[in-house]
Amino acid sequence: MYSDTPIAGPYAHERTSVSRIMVLVVLALVPATLFSLWQFGWPAIFLFLITVGTCLIAEAACLRAAEKPLRPSLLDGSALLTGWLLAMSLPPWAPWWIGVLGGLIAIVVAKQVFGGIGQNLFNPAMVARVALLISFPAELTRYVAPAPLFSPQAPGFGEGLAITFGLDGPDMVTGATLLGQVRTDLGQGHPLPDILPGIYQPWSDAVGTLAGSMGETSALLLLLGGLFLLSQRVITWHIPVATIVTLALAATLMNLYDPAHYPDALYHLVGGATLLAAFFIATDPVTSPISPRGQLIFGAGLGVLIYSIRTWAAYPEGVAFAILLMNTCTPLIDHYVRPRVYGRDRKGAPIEYADDADTEVTR
Amino acid sequence: MKLFNIRGGVHPEDRKHLAADQAIEDLPLAPLLHVPLQQHIGNAATPAVRRGQQVAKGELLGTGQGPISAPVHAPTSGRIMGIGSFPAHHVSGLSVRTITLQPDGKDRWLEGIEGVPDPFTLDPDEIAARVAAAGIVGMGGATFPSAVKLNLRKKYRLHTLVINGAECEPYLTCDDRLMREHTAQVLDGARIMAHALGMTQIIIAIENNKPQAQAAMTQAAADHAAVRVAGLPMRYPMGSEKHLVQTLTGRETPARGLTADIGVVVHNPATAFAVHQALRLGWPLIARLVTVSGGAITRPRNLRVPLGTPVQHLIDYCGGFRVEPTRLISGGPMMGNPLPGTRVPIVKGSNGVLALTAEEVNAQAAAPCIRCASCVAACPCGLLPLQMAAHARAGDLDGTVRLGLMDCIGCGSCSYVCPAHIPLVQFFNYAKGEMAARGRAKQKQAETKRLIEQRTARIEAIQQAKREAMAARKRETAGKPPAQTPADRRAEA
Repeated sequence: MYSDTPIAGPYAHERTSVSRIMVLVVLALVPATLFSLWQFGWPAIFLFLITVGTCLIAEAACLRAAEKPLRPSLLDGSALLTGWLLAMSLPPWAPWWIGVLGGLIAIVVAKQVFGGIGQNLFNPAMVARVALLISFPAELTRYVAPAPLFSPQAPGFGEGLAITFGLDGPDMVTGATLLGQVRTDLGQGHPLPDILPGIYQPWSDAVGTLAGSMGETSALLLLLGGLFLLSQRVITWHIPVATIVTLALAATLMNLYDPAHYPDALYHLVGGATLLAAFFIATDPVTSPISPRGQLIFGAGLGVLIYSIRTWAAYPEGVAFAILLMNTCTPLIDHYVRPRVYGRDRKGAPIEYADDADTEVTR
Repeated sequence: MKLFNIRGGVHPEDRKHLAADQAIEDLPLAPLLHVPLQQHIGNAATPAVRRGQQVAKGELLGTGQGPISAPVHAPTSGRIMGIGSFPAHHVSGLSVRTITLQPDGKDRWLEGIEGVPDPFTLDPDEIAARVAAAGIVGMGGATFPSAVKLNLRKKYRLHTLVINGAECEPYLTCDDRLMREHTAQVLDGARIMAHALGMTQIIIAIENNKPQAQAAMTQAAADHAAVRVAGLPMRYPMGSEKHLVQTLTGRETPARGLTADIGVVVHNPATAFAVHQALRLGWPLIARLVTVSGGAITRPRNLRVPLGTPVQHLIDYCGGFRVEPTRLISGGPMMGNPLPGTRVPIVKGSNGVLALTAEEVNAQAAAPCIRCASCVAACPCGLLPLQMAAHARAGDLDGTVRLGLMDCIGCGSCSYVCPAHIPLVQFFNYAKGEMAARGRAKQKQAETKRLIEQRTARIEAIQQAKREAMAARKRETAGKPPAQTPADRRAEA
C-alpha cells in the first residue's frame, strides 16, 4: 500500500533538480560556444571536446575511487559544465595536453579532493585556468585571430588535428588579445588615443570577431545567455549586476581622471571575459555567498578586483584571479552577512514597537 | 485595502480544482465512531460516560481538564461501546484514550440544547465560557482551545480580528466551500468573537484564488462597517498567522511573541462557524468539514464529517482509490502529516485527507547541497535553511539554534524548492525534537535537584529537632521537667 515512512513533508515538490540547473546553464552557453567554435575552427572544436571529455572521465574515476555511485553524479551535469567553462577560458588553439591537464586539475584537485559537488571552496574551472596560466604562460597567452570555419584562411580538419596534437601544422598567425595588446602598448608609453583606434572597435568586440579565448569573444551572445539564466531564475541579478556596475563605475571614474591611460567602461565590459565571469562563473552557487546582500558584496569585490588586476597588476586579464580571491571571501561573507530573521532586528533581538497606539490598520 | 509584502514564499501548484466545485455533502454515519479524548493542544479530557451508557447527540463524553484543554461531545446518539485505546490521528500511529460510540441511527439531540437569541448582549466572559463548553478549538489544524484565545483581551490591547481564509495549502477547499455556502454564519461567528475580544474591526482575508468566497463575503460584509474583506496574493505560506498579519498590517510579530502583541488575533473561518453554532444554536463541536482529495481519490469531495468517523469511511464514500496512493496525508501537502492508516478517526483539527500519487509527491533521492540558496530565497522567516540543516546533520544543535531554528515555522517552503531534494524540514523537526527532549531532561534534572534539596532540608530539620530533644533531655536529667519536642509532636500525630 502507500508508504507510511514518517518522513517530514512537504509532500509536493517543485519540478526542479540539480541536473536541470546545470542543463539550463549549459543551454545558456550554447550560442556563445557555437559562435566561438565557428570562429576558431577545428582546433577549437578538438580542444573543447578533449577538455570536456577529460573532466567527465576524471569525475568518473574519482567517484569510483571514492566508492560513490557514478550515475547520479555524472548525470548531474556539473563535470560537463566545469569542462565547458574551462574550455571557454583557454586559448582556442592550445595543444591537447593543456585541455587534459586543465581538466584533471579542475576535477581532481579543485573539486573531488574537497569532497565532490557542493564541497569545493574554489571554482574548479578557474583553479585550472590559473594553475595553467602560471605553469605554462607561453601556451596560455598564444592567441590567434579568428578564422571562421570553412573560410579560406581557416585550417581544415587535418590541419586542425595537427595544430591541437602538436604535429607539423601550418604556422599560427598569433596575436595578442585586446587587453594584452593594450597593456603592452601602454607599458611602452603610448597613450590610449594612439593605441585603440587600430585594434579596438566596441562593436566587433561585442559580436566577438577578435582574438581571445572562446569565452572572451562574443559579449553579446554571453549577455543573451545570462539574461536567459535570469529569466529561468537559475541565477539572481545580484552578482552580475554588482560586478558589472562596480567595474563600470571604477572604469568610468579612472577614465574621467585620465582618459589617456585608462580606457572607458565599455572597453572593460566587452573586452576580456567580463560577461562570462559575471553571469556564468561568479554565479557558481557552490563558491558564492548565499544571501542577497552577501552576493552584492561578492559582486562588488569582484568588480573592483577585476579592474585593479587589469589596470595595475602584472596580468592583462584578471577575471580568474579575481574570482578565486573572492571565493576565499565567501565563507567569511556568509558568516557575517545574514538576512534579518522575521520578528527580530538586525542584532537578533525580538522587535519592539515604540508605541501600541498607532497599530490600527490603515484603511 | 493596502497590503504589505512578505519575504520569501513559494508558488506550489494549488490543485484546488479537484474539489473546489464540489458542494458540501453530509457524510452518512459510520457504523462505529471513535472519539479521542485528546483532539486539541493541552490536557486530555477525562471520560464523563460509562461503557454501555446511552448518549444523545451533543451530550458530553469527556470533560476538559485544566486551563488549556477542551471537552468532547457525542457526534450522534447511540451507545458507548467502550473507553479504551485506539490508534490516534497522528503520524506515530500510537494509541490514545478513545471513546467508541455505536450510533443508533436516530441522531437524537440532547434535550435542552438551545442558543442565545442575541449573543451581543452577553458578557465577553460568558461568550468565552460557552465557546469553552462547546469544545471549540482552532480548526485550521493548530487545535489550540479557542476560548483561551478569546480571553487574550485581558492581557493585550487588541484592535483587529483577522479571519484567516487564506487556505494557502494546495488541494484544500473546505474553508473555501464553508465561506461560500455558510457565508452569513461565518460572518456572524466572526462578529461574536470580535465582540468577545472587545475589538473594533474585522478583516476577512481570502487568497485571490477563491473569487467566489471573496464575493460572497464582501456582499455579506456590506452591512457591517467594521468588517472588511482583503484579497490576498496567492503565495504559500500566506496562511501562516504571523505572515498574514504582516501582509495586512505591515508589522512583524516580535520573535517568540503572539500576534496579540501587535493587537491582532487570528481565527479560522471554520472556528468562526463553530462559534456561531455554539452561541446561536447551543451546539457543541461535533462535526467538521473535511476535503478529501488528491490524484488517487476517485471522486474528490468536501464532506461534513461527524468527529470520530474512520478515515476509511470517507475514502469509501468518495469512491475509494482510483490508483494506489503513494502517500496518505492528513492536512495539506505542505505541512500535513502522513496518516498511519485508514482506521484512524477524523478529529477536530483534520481539514483534509489527501491520497497522493507518486507523480504528485515527486519525491526523489536527496543529492548533495550545491548551495544554490533557493531555500534562502524561499524562507519567509529570513533563515538560512541550508546552513541550519548542515549543522543539524553534523549534530551541532547549538549551532542550529544560533542560526534561528526556533524561529522556523516549519512551512516547508525550503524543502519544496530544493533542487537537490534535501529533506530540510526533516532535519529541522529532528533538531526541534532534540531540543524539546533536552528541555525536558533539563527540567527533570532541575526537579530532581529541587526534590533532593527539599529532602536534605527535611532530614536536616528532623536531625536538628532530635538534637534539640537530646539537649532538652540532658537538661532534664540535670533536674528539669520534660518538654515536648517538635519531633515528639509529629510522632504523636
